[in-house]
Amino acid sequence: MVPTSHYLILSVLLFSIGVLGVFTRRNAIVIFMCIELMLNAANLAFIAFSRHLHSIDGQIFVFFVMAVAAAEAAVGLGIIVALYRNRETINVDEVTIMKW
Amino acid sequence: MEALIFYPLAAVMVLSALMVILRKNPVHSALFLILAFFCLGGMYLLLNAEFIAAVQVIVYAGAIMVLFLFVIMLLNVEQEAASPGGHGVQRFWALVLSVVIAVSLISIMTVNVFTDEKGIYSPEMMSEAGNSEMIGRALFTDFLLPFEITSILLLAAIIGAVVLAKKKL
Repeated sequence: MVPTSHYLILSVLLFSIGVLGVFTRRNAIVIFMCIELMLNAANLAFIAFSRHLHSIDGQIFVFFVMAVAAAEAAVGLGIIVALYRNRETINVDEVTIMKW
Repeated sequence: MEALIFYPLAAVMVLSALMVILRKNPVHSALFLILAFFCLGGMYLLLNAEFIAAVQVIVYAGAIMVLFLFVIMLLNVEQEAASPGGHGVQRFWALVLSVVIAVSLISIMTVNVFTDEKGIYSPEMMSEAGNSEMIGRALFTDFLLPFEITSILLLAAIIGAVVLAKKKL
């Protein structure tokens, strides 16, 4: 049996990769995908603890996180499409002002 | 047996996550992210969370990532233009910061501070009663209010997406 700590280390690695992507990439969609990666890293930690503690609450939480992620993806991609229509770019370096 | 599946799956997952942030083409990033999500679904199966594994594949790898791919193709974003310089410093500090985050989180996670007080949902009990049934029971009894609030959240997201997609913003 794989110890819970290995699952947690994997989850931390995924989270750090997500953080690195958010800091280094300039494309808004890719930044968004990295945020999804970080959410999923948290989900993995939730499920690992859920098994470790013989509890079902972690799985319920993951269910809610997925619902929030779905809502976030719908609204976030809507914002990106609106941004592209107004500015013809989704490079975050060129979208540094709040109002034009 | 679990280790035999876990370590290859973990390796594929970390590599595809790295490819997500290293590929210049956003379509490649999205496809590697789908691969990472499938591996994550496999992890959930190993952790006796069958319902969450199914939802992961259907909702994440299915619905959400299709939405991402649609938007990428809709916007017709060409490859990320090579940054005009000045990002080298940012790259360096981003790498330093994420390594610091990884090291500090791992050092917290591997300290055994977690109580050994176990709940009632042991793996044997779960496999006997059925994972989906247990989640359904918990969702409609202890977590009924959050569950209902989720529906309001999704409704708000639908309205928000429609408003944002209107012709004239």
